[in-house]
Amino acid sequence: MTQNAAPAAWILRYLWLIPALPILAAGLCALLPKTQRRLSATLSIGSMTVSLILAVRALVHAIAQPAVQVVTFPWMQFGSQWIALGWLLDPLAAVMLVMVTFVGLLIFIYSLGYMAHDDNFTRFFCFLSLFAGAMLGVVIANSLLLLFMCWEVVGLTSYLLIGFWFHRPAAASAAKKAFIVTRVGDLGLLLGMVWLYAQAGTLLFYNHGAGCLEQSAVAAMGAHLTTAGMAVSTAIGLLIFSGAVGKSGQVPLHVWLPDAMEGPTPVSALIHAATMVAAGVYLMARVYPLLDHATLAVIAWVGAITAVFAACIAVAQNDIKRILAYSTVSQLGYMMLGLGVGGVAVGIFHLITHAFFKSLLFLGAGSVIHGCTEEQDIRNMGGLRRFMPITFVTYAAAMLALCGFPLFAGFWSKDAILEHAHAWSPSLGPYYLGAIGALLTAFYMTRQVFYVFFGPQRVPEATAEPVESPRPPERCVIVHPHESPSVMTIPLSILAVFAVFLGFVGTPAWPWFQSFLSATPPGFNMHAFMEPGLIALMIDSSLLVFAGLIFGWWFYGRKPIVRATDPDALERRIPPVFHALADRLYVDEIYGFTVIALTRFLSAFSAWLDRRIFGGVVNLISWLITGLGWFDSGIDRFVVNGGFDLGCRELGAGGRLIASLQNGRVQNYLRVIAGALVVLAALLLWGHRG
Amino acid sequence: MNPLAICLLVSALLFAVGLAGALTRRSAILVLAGIELMLNAANLNFIAFWRFGPHPEALTGIVFVIFAIAVAAAEAAVGLALILAIYRHARTSDVSEITEMKG
Repeated sequence: MTQNAAPAAWILRYLWLIPALPILAAGLCALLPKTQRRLSATLSIGSMTVSLILAVRALVHAIAQPAVQVVTFPWMQFGSQWIALGWLLDPLAAVMLVMVTFVGLLIFIYSLGYMAHDDNFTRFFCFLSLFAGAMLGVVIANSLLLLFMCWEVVGLTSYLLIGFWFHRPAAASAAKKAFIVTRVGDLGLLLGMVWLYAQAGTLLFYNHGAGCLEQSAVAAMGAHLTTAGMAVSTAIGLLIFSGAVGKSGQVPLHVWLPDAMEGPTPVSALIHAATMVAAGVYLMARVYPLLDHATLAVIAWVGAITAVFAACIAVAQNDIKRILAYSTVSQLGYMMLGLGVGGVAVGIFHLITHAFFKSLLFLGAGSVIHGCTEEQDIRNMGGLRRFMPITFVTYAAAMLALCGFPLFAGFWSKDAILEHAHAWSPSLGPYYLGAIGALLTAFYMTRQVFYVFFGPQRVPEATAEPVESPRPPERCVIVHPHESPSVMTIPLSILAVFAVFLGFVGTPAWPWFQSFLSATPPGFNMHAFMEPGLIALMIDSSLLVFAGLIFGWWFYGRKPIVRATDPDALERRIPPVFHALADRLYVDEIYGFTVIALTRFLSAFSAWLDRRIFGGVVNLISWLITGLGWFDSGIDRFVVNGGFDLGCRELGAGGRLIASLQNGRVQNYLRVIAGALVVLAALLLWGHRG
Repeated sequence: MNPLAICLLVSALLFAVGLAGALTRRSAILVLAGIELMLNAANLNFIAFWRFGPHPEALTGIVFVIFAIAVAAAEAAVGLALILAIYRHARTSDVSEITEMKG
């Protein structure tokens, strides 16, 4: 990767506007009163539109000049060192910019319809814009520090949006859970960042040969060994990966992502499916030059395990959004797997295609939820294809793309991952895990689609749990399902087109996407299909998908599910496994019994220590001081005050006594003088006696 | 009894009478008269000690007494003026009732 020495193009100089505009819109929305709904939506959508135009311009620029181009500026001085921040433009960033702004814009528009009845409409758009700006900041950051700052703002907005309906206890606790769990990963990222700064002396990614991702710094870090015998770059890579594990919901820090579905559905689509959770994958792609074989192997294994683990759990969930959430976790695992075994292009290709079809799935789910008046349990739906044809068609397209149905977008990207996993020399384990995951994905998506869109309409019975609704109660009456307004269905249709056709930019015959990211000229080569094993692999994965679809149909489509209370088809056959999966493999419970119990014990111990020991010392000292105070005040009152008062009284009495001598009667004075004269004379006579 | 002793006795009597008058009288004017008597007793002593002393040729005693009488006259004038002022102020010349200066 070479640097561009020519004067920077205007799009590069003004690249900062892409994140700055939505953040500005968020700031303005924050100042607007609640009633300015139209203005806040206009500001947010307008800023996203301008950002999208700029992002497309940046993509065009990056296609013309695929080299990394950077703009840096000094930010802050520590001692003699300046911390520099900056932004960069390369194919990876350009692709992400377009994806985030495009999907973001569609979701913003969709939110107009979805949030139309919410009282806090302006607040919603404020948070959404802030999120989009911060995410775009993550994408263009040329410094791990700047990336980290934006990363944290993204985490904050995620917290705010998950807890958007904070009056629901589930939403409030899900928001806290998301924030705290991702903090665990971010601690690793922070440590990795500090270590990287200590090793490389800079946090800029690219800086004309002096950046921390460039040849000299990476070579130096690879040569250093830590005390454990591990290369320093491996250790730093793993620490940074822990941040990505937290943000991207990899095992074992995936627990927050399904709970995050408590937020409004557009938020789930934008943040917890398309963009924010992809930030972890993007981070790993960004620091890819730093990662060595050991780190990549860890990433590949974690990704593969996550892919299967989450897909298993998704099979037994009943909440429409929760199934999609576990599916997202699973697909993020695929991205990490692709990154670990096949490099940046493979992982990011799946990230991009996934962003489109998963946001489409979430928006479709939102449309279903909206149409069924806030019903989220798939057992209470059914037969909706008759009422919501557009939602059904787009949902089905996205579902087939997610399953990897041949020629749909997910097919090409998932196939690239499986192909590279198959060719991965250290082990074939991730390949088999990925293949099982693909089968499970097709199975649970088929199950969901049959539950939601096929069969008879299953109206919830009176005994069913009341659905907690953020809306006023009068909107909760069961009405006939209806199609959503066009402000919601048009974004669905646009996304559906991409979900179907986007895969063709990265087929083996015409790997435009891959060659764009690796800055090599693309070529059209039909003979790439003829490479040994490739066709067989594609047929294998297609067979897996078909198998999953057929299993799904066999269990759920063959005989229509009549009543909402009917046990699940799998539950009838293997109840223990189904219940374990339905309880999410007890990961939350394991955390509850280990980490949380330990934390509770430690906090109880600390509280005891604080109250008894430290509090005791403090109380002892305070009692001592109080006693001394009593003693002092006693001395003051009885000795000092008493003595003084007594002296004053005596002095007053003496004064009165003496004052009574001077009674103003002149003759008294004369008498005294006469008496004194007599005494004097007597004394004189007495003295002269002899 | 020599003449000096007689003079001193008279003077002492005169002083005693003046003192008694000054101490017992309530009228400020009579108190003043008593004081004058005591003053004259002292003058008498001056004259007696000068006349029967070792140097009767020097006129020290008589000069002293003339000065004393002159001062006493001035003093009496001032005293009477004070009494008059007090009377005007307090409408009485009874010294036992004039206790403005008590502490």
